[in-house]
Amino acid sequence: MTELTNLTVAEIRDGHRAGDFSAVEVAEAFNANVAGAKALNAFIVETPEHAIAAAKAADADRAAGTLKPLSGVPIGMKDLFATNGVQTTAASHMLEGFVPRYESTVSAKLWDAGCGMLGKLNLDQFAMGSSNETSYFGNVISPWKRKDGGNAALAPGGSSGGSSSAIAARLCPAATGTDTGGSIRQPAAFTGISGIKPTYGRCSRWGIVAFASSLDQAGPMARDVKDCAIMLENMAGFDPKDATSLDLPVPNWEAALSSDLKGKTVGIPKEYRLEGIDPDIDAMWDAGIAMLKDAGADVVEISLPHTKYALPAYYIIAPAEASSNLARYDGVRYGLRDLPQGAGLQDMYAATRADGFGPEVKRRIMIGTYVLSAGFYDAYYTQAQKVRTLIARDFEQAFGMCDVILAPTAPSAAFGLGEKMADPLAMYLNDVFAVPASLAGLPAMSVPAALNREGLPLGLQIIGKAFDEQGVLNAGLAIEERAGFTARAEKWW
Amino acid sequence: MSDYRIKGETGEWEVVIGLEVHAQVTSNAKLFSGAATAFGAEPNTQVSLVDAAMPGMLPVPNRECIRQAVRTGMAIEAEINKWSRFDRKNYFYADLPQGYQISQLYHPIVGEGSLTIEADEKAGLPEAKRIGIERIHVEQDAGKLMHDQHPTMSYVDLNRSGVALMEIVSRPDMRSPAEAGAYVRKLRSILRYVGSCDGNMEEGSMRADVNVSVRRPGDEFGTRTETKNVNSVRFVMAVIEGEAKRQVELIESGGTVVQETRLYDPDRNETRSMRSKEDAHDYRYFPDPDLLPLELDDAFLAECRDSLPELPDAKRARYLAAGISPYNSDVLTAEVEAALWFDNLLDAGAKPAPAANWVTSELFGALNRMGRDISDSPVSPAHAAELLGLVADGTISGTIAKAVFEKMLETGDGAAAIVEREGLRQTSDTGAIEAEIAKILTANADKVEQYRGGKEALFGFFVGQTMKAMQGKANPQVVNELLKKALG
Repeated sequence: MTELTNLTVAEIRDGHRAGDFSAVEVAEAFNANVAGAKALNAFIVETPEHAIAAAKAADADRAAGTLKPLSGVPIGMKDLFATNGVQTTAASHMLEGFVPRYESTVSAKLWDAGCGMLGKLNLDQFAMGSSNETSYFGNVISPWKRKDGGNAALAPGGSSGGSSSAIAARLCPAATGTDTGGSIRQPAAFTGISGIKPTYGRCSRWGIVAFASSLDQAGPMARDVKDCAIMLENMAGFDPKDATSLDLPVPNWEAALSSDLKGKTVGIPKEYRLEGIDPDIDAMWDAGIAMLKDAGADVVEISLPHTKYALPAYYIIAPAEASSNLARYDGVRYGLRDLPQGAGLQDMYAATRADGFGPEVKRRIMIGTYVLSAGFYDAYYTQAQKVRTLIARDFEQAFGMCDVILAPTAPSAAFGLGEKMADPLAMYLNDVFAVPASLAGLPAMSVPAALNREGLPLGLQIIGKAFDEQGVLNAGLAIEERAGFTARAEKWW
Repeated sequence: MSDYRIKGETGEWEVVIGLEVHAQVTSNAKLFSGAATAFGAEPNTQVSLVDAAMPGMLPVPNRECIRQAVRTGMAIEAEINKWSRFDRKNYFYADLPQGYQISQLYHPIVGEGSLTIEADEKAGLPEAKRIGIERIHVEQDAGKLMHDQHPTMSYVDLNRSGVALMEIVSRPDMRSPAEAGAYVRKLRSILRYVGSCDGNMEEGSMRADVNVSVRRPGDEFGTRTETKNVNSVRFVMAVIEGEAKRQVELIESGGTVVQETRLYDPDRNETRSMRSKEDAHDYRYFPDPDLLPLELDDAFLAECRDSLPELPDAKRARYLAAGISPYNSDVLTAEVEAALWFDNLLDAGAKPAPAANWVTSELFGALNRMGRDISDSPVSPAHAAELLGLVADGTISGTIAKAVFEKMLETGDGAAAIVEREGLRQTSDTGAIEAEIAKILTANADKVEQYRGGKEALFGFFVGQTMKAMQGKANPQVVNELLKKALG
């Protein structure tokens, strides 16, 4: 049975359709892997019964000839998506025990497409973090180990660290992620898998616990580019319940996949060449450039002059929005309520929020509150919005010269758990390559490209024009075919 | 100019007033959610997931609420901003589920406009005055805390949470309680004409934040206080009167007015401090990232404009031009229901001036007596036009008309039918009237002498006697003529 868990989404879908195996067999195999991987702490809640029920329905649909696009495919659901009847926590104590009576638009679409749910995946608390170390429910451990003789537990990236770890460890063939400033791409790069953040507005935000509304975007994480295309097709689409949702038809990305890049131009942003960066990263990048040339693309150097302001702007805008978005967790209506003896309303707020939020969440609420305060607003928030506009313009101008942009996903390979927790700025730097595309709302994906000298995966990032997920996926496919990345973590859990 | 002055110990003071009126938008659904908005529903029965700010919920603007705000802006001849934006006003309170109110600070949907309050000598308004309106923006209402449900806990009712409000901000253009009262009444009237707010102040559909300051006439503005949530015209006027007096006394006794928020206690007719400027919240306004800017296209604006009814000022001008008195014109245009009823009466052929007199005296008197609104008047405009037509063409006298109207109220029958059935048609048969006059003059020979001797006031006595003898059915004009002839 174990080989079923090595199959990709496309292979499961097609094999099930062809009658090679039953959906229940697939679900059982993944359920077993999930149950056997507690050491990774990738799941907050396991829902084997949900996966089995969907699998039975898939098998029945096959018998009845009414198969759905993803019948028989079990997936993991990041615990930021509200799931009807299943605890939804955003990895926080604040929402521990919170069971929504509604289903997020994206998860509902996946269930409607025939997917089953293996469980709710761990993440950084309220999606704030780059290492999955801020979860109230414990760190997620990457299945990868350095080939240095040591046994250091590594970060799976964040915030979608449960998703990346689970996919890399074959606990699920695909999972949902959300990306505010790299939360899909960076964990994908850290764990040797693929992930795409679509254009802002492609996937409805309705029912996703909000971090920073103008940046949050859901997307799939999977083992390869094709699976990302398949998943995204079944997650995207206009939603009248989200005022920022794109009212555009969902393209058939899978069918239009092509790694032939003849006539395409790839831009290489010179500002992404950082002083003193890990030489393995630069080497991977150069290899990636060669691969895209090999696929027929022309390569040009481009300039994104405001890149160095992206990270500071992001760490103003995202916390500002978060400080407001998280005000609803006040102990009044749902979630944690900490009501000390004889406490009044203000005391209840203070106690509840002190207890319910972790240190990183508090840090960002305080930053956000500060930058929006009277007297500081113009110096920080207004200024950051101007930077955001300039960054979007940088991309617009660059896309006058090229079709996609190639860059590293992250400035390093996975680091050890605990290595960066003491230094928030070092942690924030992880997102330096990911954040600009987020600020500009552009589609961007990470594909695994190489192993570094420690045997850890590195990812390349492709950034595309707004609405051009196809261009991103195609370039990703060209790299995937040439990189021949087949490495996987050795099972130790 | 208002000559309203507070007479202090050190001289006269002028009061400066600005009003922020919160008007609940008439709409079946809330500003950003599909939940219902009916008043008086059981607590927490009109609350959507969005209104309760459940995790992951998002606001989506309700087009009807936007439309009503635009129509209201057009009705006060304001600039309509084709591009506006929603901002979040952040503060914590148990009746505010999101922890922020979605409002419009930086880019309101409606800009500068105005309305005119009419002269009303009796109310202390010697002349008409234009009151500037700075802006109208739309925002969410909060829920309601209930402190009387439990000995130690407060309850929250979220039925109002998310209901659309228009905040209509006046310029500090008012100078007396009477002007402020007239402003609120006029604004309410316009809102009700437009149909964008039911103007029901008891149910809280309309309430005002009252900004008051005092100054020596002609000086710079003084420091103002803001009294929140005042929910009747009478209270608005009482707040201004009391607050202006308090400020004058404070200044004259050596104190200074502090900028603060105050609350009005109608039972004690006084305001008390709620919080000072130092304790004021920092609301950390910023553009709501869940919402795109609101862009209005020309077709939408055209539809809004075309759907506006004739407004009070235009209607009043039309009535004046038709010969209706200024007083009657004011009375008839104040409430949209009365104006519509009256317009139907005119459409049914009634002559404007007598019809206006009849409506404001006879009809309003009868409705008042019965405790009914004009919208459920037992007499229709068509029936009333028939009655007035019978008076106009001399079929019945004004006196008989009153009796016929009473019968109409009782039976619901038409005026002509009642006149026929009851034989109330007035007579101009000079022979019959002359015969009665002859009898009366004979029976009252002494009074005839007195009259002829110069006591002309007795003429009315003879008219009355003749009308009585004719059972009220004699044409009064004919009676007058014949009597004059007979009395020589």
